[in-house]
Amino acid sequence: MLSRVADCLIWMGRHVERAENIARLLDVNTQLMLDIPLVQAEKLKKDWFPIVAALGDEEGFQKATKKTDSATVTHYLTFDRKNSNSIFSCIAAARENARTVREQISSEMWEELNRVYLWTLGKEARRTFDDNCYEFFQRIREFACLFYGVTDTSMPHTAGWDFIQLGIMMERADKTSRFLDEEFHLVKGTPDQPSIYAMQWTSVLRSCSAKQAYQQIYVASVEREKVADMLLLSESFPRSVQFCVHEIDTVLRRISGVQPARFSNRAEKLSGRLIAELVYSSIDDIVSVGLHQAMDDMQTKINAIGAALYDAYIYHPTPSEDDGENSNLPRHNQQQ
Amino acid sequence: MKPGFTNYQLDGFFDEMFVNDRTVRPHYQRLLERFNRLTPAELENRRRLADASFLNQGITFTVYSDNQGTERIFPFDIVPRIIPNSEWQHVERGLTQRITALNLFLHDVYHGQKIVKDGVVPRTFIDGAKHFRPEFMGFNVPKNIYIHVCGTDLIRDETGQYVVLEDNGRCPSGVSYMLENRQTLRQVFPGLFESYGVRPVASYPQELLNVLKYIAPLSRPNPKVVVLTPGIFNSAYFEHSFLARQMGIDIVEGSDLTVRDGHVYMKTTKGLEHVDVIYRRIDDDFLDPKVFRKDSQLGVPGIVDAYRKGNVSLANSIGTGVADDKVIYYFVPQMIKYYLGEDPILPNVPTYLASEATGMKYIMDNLPKLVVKAANESGGYGMLIGPHASTAEVEKFRKLIKANPRNYIAQPTLGLSRHPCVVDGKPEGRHVDLRPYVLYGDKVTIVPGGLTRVALTKGSLVVNSSQGGGSKDTWVLEGDQ
Repeated sequence: MLSRVADCLIWMGRHVERAENIARLLDVNTQLMLDIPLVQAEKLKKDWFPIVAALGDEEGFQKATKKTDSATVTHYLTFDRKNSNSIFSCIAAARENARTVREQISSEMWEELNRVYLWTLGKEARRTFDDNCYEFFQRIREFACLFYGVTDTSMPHTAGWDFIQLGIMMERADKTSRFLDEEFHLVKGTPDQPSIYAMQWTSVLRSCSAKQAYQQIYVASVEREKVADMLLLSESFPRSVQFCVHEIDTVLRRISGVQPARFSNRAEKLSGRLIAELVYSSIDDIVSVGLHQAMDDMQTKINAIGAALYDAYIYHPTPSEDDGENSNLPRHNQQQ
Repeated sequence: MKPGFTNYQLDGFFDEMFVNDRTVRPHYQRLLERFNRLTPAELENRRRLADASFLNQGITFTVYSDNQGTERIFPFDIVPRIIPNSEWQHVERGLTQRITALNLFLHDVYHGQKIVKDGVVPRTFIDGAKHFRPEFMGFNVPKNIYIHVCGTDLIRDETGQYVVLEDNGRCPSGVSYMLENRQTLRQVFPGLFESYGVRPVASYPQELLNVLKYIAPLSRPNPKVVVLTPGIFNSAYFEHSFLARQMGIDIVEGSDLTVRDGHVYMKTTKGLEHVDVIYRRIDDDFLDPKVFRKDSQLGVPGIVDAYRKGNVSLANSIGTGVADDKVIYYFVPQMIKYYLGEDPILPNVPTYLASEATGMKYIMDNLPKLVVKAANESGGYGMLIGPHASTAEVEKFRKLIKANPRNYIAQPTLGLSRHPCVVDGKPEGRHVDLRPYVLYGDKVTIVPGGLTRVALTKGSLVVNSSQGGGSKDTWVLEGDQ
């Protein structure tokens, strides 16, 4: 497979996952505002900023917007085409990736992506949002489900499919760790105000579609350490960091054909090492440096796997000087 | 005649469907009956169905009018053009003759130039052709084939005679529309095809792949064939991607390829892979920044060297543009006589060369009545249509022609044939042309039909998609009705 094509497939998966994650985060937090007593809510409205931070986009937001409230944040993260990480921009980018590698993916995948893209261009999307933003975010999330469904059932599970999975899982691991970290700042209640405290940690779970799974495992009370434990270390919950890294490791080995516990490139070495670290750690070990620091480290390690993946499969060493190639980076090199 | 076509006007033009205001041509009889059973609302509904099909498949181009792109489809008209088999056979013979002569001409131009020495084509016209590549003099291309894919634009004049308007021997586009138009019309009018005996066009990608494999370097029995595209922002990207998909081969951009020791490789996730044949949809100028335009970001440094060494084959070959220069076009009938000893089956449009004294005088005396074309432009650019132009535009061209006579030819304004198109739910006559796609490999193959382009603006003669043109499905029948 062409390296540029692999690059496009990784980013197609990543952009779809990103759009879905933003939709889920905004959906949950919009609802949280409605659930919280008015006085608290007023205070929280000024505190939407952590949501932007959770998506790693503080600087861009501050440049684009003067005021921080639910309206400006939601607009910036949903519609703003100047923000390359808004839902609409992610969908446009995923669709552009798909158009570039149209001959590699199934018609069903293309048509699903193209349909949602055309929907974002029309007036109906905006009308749905103004009418009922829950329904709007639901539409985005349903699109992602459909897209993953047809990707699974209509595309051969060979290298191309593997690269899409890598994009999805890298993005998912990154976002789970960010949501956990930044929502932690958002939570203003203390255990002294049990109802609000629980509600806010519940919203962290819901941001990761993890509420029901949490209830099954921990039965009732929602506590910070348990939430962190589940979202970082669960072996079975599909959005936990450990689960995602395990998937990344499996896919990397499927691409190269290398057995577990061995490695043929740096990406496999790093993913194997991170799995071992997660498997042999308890949540107390991890948060001993502070949750924020721990999440920062986690994102750095996930990014390092990504960079090593690109070194192994996407970038090619530049030939000798007189060959005249000034750049061997694919032109579709995109911002995270 | 039935409701829809009651007010259909021929306006004195040759009409593809009707002999006169009352009489339909026999091969359109059944189509007319089918259309007459549709109410305007149903007609509109079918049209919308076709548009939606193009949009969902992403057969579109993007217009950046504001900060968000708008998706546009190339307009598609649902009334098919029908060509009886005997008429097609005549066209097919003419095109085969023409591509054979053009390839012999190119071989001659890049070798002994006998046609110049024998005084048939003046040397200055060859040396002055913008796309002539003197650096390839004496170079032998695989199997002596220069133009592997040719899109020849035909029109029908006032008498219905097929006439060659121009040859496109570099990177002709539009063939994906020929194929997609057929797919779409099949969805819009299921059942109509079988009863009509329409010859299929779907084999085009396979025929193209056969040609590409045929020209592979001899040492490569299982050649790796790729399509080279300028990239996703090129308006023909859909076509490049479509053809790659249909042929089951990779589509690459210049940056995906690298040249090492005179061989071309593509950069894959498993390392470098040898490439043997490139169907390139990039013009000569942009192919190799080491040889042609230094500022080209689209090309592959060193690819021309690999081509010269015979390690990679290109379709079309480098330097074919000398044959589709509009001044050289003037000489194609003479070429056919010179190389093949035959009379041209398909005539040229009468053409005047500004670089010849008699031609120049005629052009200057009759400019407002003529169509003027720049010798090296395509896509409907650099053109004057005298009768539709303002005095100022005519005078501007007068100056341009005098300043650079080599660069201009003129032709009479032709009454291109017309075909009914659905406009606001009603059939109206619009001018059309026909671009068949000629493949030259171990033999000449022409998939029956081609792309019928339509000048959708009322009265307009310009069919190019960049200038408001649309297209139609084109049926060649197994028989004559």
